[in-house]
Amino acid sequence: METRTIEQLSENFQQKIDADIKIEPNDWMPDNYRKALIRQISQHAHSEIVGMLPEGNWITRAPSLRRKAVLLAKVQDEAGHGLYLYSATETLGISREETIDDLHEGKVKYSSIFNYPTLTWADMGAVGWLVDGAAIMNQVALCRTSYGPYARAMVKICKEESFHQRQGYEIMTSLMNGTEVQKAMAQDALNRFWWPALMMFGPSDAESKHTEQSMRWRIKRYTNDELRQSFVDATVPQAELIGLTIPDPKLRWNEERGHYDFGDIDWDEFWQVVGGNGPCNKERIEARVKAKEEGAWVREAALAFASKSKSRQN
Amino acid sequence: MEESTYTFLLRLGDDSLILGQRLSEWCGHGPILEEDIAMTNIALDLIGQATNIYTYAAGLTPDFNDADALAFLRFEHQYLNAILVEQPNGNFADTLVRQFFFDAFRVPLFEHLQDSKDTSLAAIAEKSLKESRYHLKHSSEWVIRLGDGTELSHERAQLAVFDLWRYTQELFHMDTAEQKLLAQDIAPNLENLRGIWLETVETVMEKATLKLPTNQGFFGAGRLGRHSEHMGYILAQMQYMQRAYPGMEW
Repeated sequence: METRTIEQLSENFQQKIDADIKIEPNDWMPDNYRKALIRQISQHAHSEIVGMLPEGNWITRAPSLRRKAVLLAKVQDEAGHGLYLYSATETLGISREETIDDLHEGKVKYSSIFNYPTLTWADMGAVGWLVDGAAIMNQVALCRTSYGPYARAMVKICKEESFHQRQGYEIMTSLMNGTEVQKAMAQDALNRFWWPALMMFGPSDAESKHTEQSMRWRIKRYTNDELRQSFVDATVPQAELIGLTIPDPKLRWNEERGHYDFGDIDWDEFWQVVGGNGPCNKERIEARVKAKEEGAWVREAALAFASKSKSRQN
Repeated sequence: MEESTYTFLLRLGDDSLILGQRLSEWCGHGPILEEDIAMTNIALDLIGQATNIYTYAAGLTPDFNDADALAFLRFEHQYLNAILVEQPNGNFADTLVRQFFFDAFRVPLFEHLQDSKDTSLAAIAEKSLKESRYHLKHSSEWVIRLGDGTELSHERAQLAVFDLWRYTQELFHMDTAEQKLLAQDIAPNLENLRGIWLETVETVMEKATLKLPTNQGFFGAGRLGRHSEHMGYILAQMQYMQRAYPGMEW
């Protein structure tokens, strides 16, 4: 009896998915769907929050008042995105605190790109242009993801991400219109961030253990390789337009496919960085753990004050 | 007259810039995500205020072409911010008490300046006042929460009050520039703001169950360009790009 009910529920669920009807927090959903969502949304939330660090690294050194203000606004947006996304995970029955603990204990990942250091001002350009550009490819697709709260958070986030991508490209454009030193700085940033940006889409479809199921549940709407290809196709002309060279000797337009062919990604590097051996993995997690530990007394004070205020009212 | 206005604008703008710079050091390291957002937002307002103020000031001097030149190309002794705003962030209580002392001064200052005979200054003050009111609300609430929170937060907030109090007297100092502007109805008598400021401070301290020190604190000379030892490091970081790559556009 029970089994048949679950089967029916599962069938109804898949029918809704296939009909593109959004799943809402109170709807029945398979346990694994819930788990897959928690994994993906919390990874996304953590990426926003950890992603504040490499850019935050340059706020105090931004070269002009306008650049400083724009960078502050961008990093602030990322904190806001983190907040929406943690709220979306809360609708799935896991608290922000638990989600964050999972990050600190290494149970949940964040985008591997943030384990690379930001060494020059041009990195603010490269990160905005490439990292936010890659994020948009993913996120535009996620505006139609099957889980309602996630899809709605994405719509809001996408609007801001396209501003981020533009400001990054604008930084690169200014550098390429500048002195030889500035041009070299921009090219160097592209050289360092190009391949990690391609890795952001995750392992190739053949290697991706989550893709197939996620596609069936329409959590993901395109595969990693499809999104990576769209990113390359969109970005190469942008680089050429301002005189930057993509650091890939195998890159060429394939007339027949209507896409760019590009070289092999160093998956060994990818798995090393995902596995904790990137240049900044340790620093990024330490910074987050430190913020949490050093802020504990502040959160406790806020709770204590709130409960005192409440009891005074009664 | 222009020289006095210029000096006064630098005192105003440098307070905003240096405090904004300090606050932005918190970005990504706040005790809760909501505070990361709030502090970044306040930093953003302050940088915006500095930009508006410097843009006006740059028109009054032959020495600096634009707001960026004023922000990034002066020597340390040419910055005229109060020593309060350059103090290190310390812990969250230090940051919020510093902010509160400053906001409680800024609100009545901008309230007066929005009626300034100098219409450019009045316009800047009117816009900045809205922001400063929000900043004051935010910092007051936190000072109260920390003061009347746990034993530990009370202790930290109290220490911050004792430590930072000494830097507050400088905010009300009337130098020749302010005297001249007062005579022309361009700027208020800062000495008269002290009473309003103290009333705000005392009200919040009482709610926060915190005490104020009885001593007056020393007289800081940041307004004359003589800073604490922290200032050089702030500038080393803030001016890094402009100094390492002189004359480039970004």
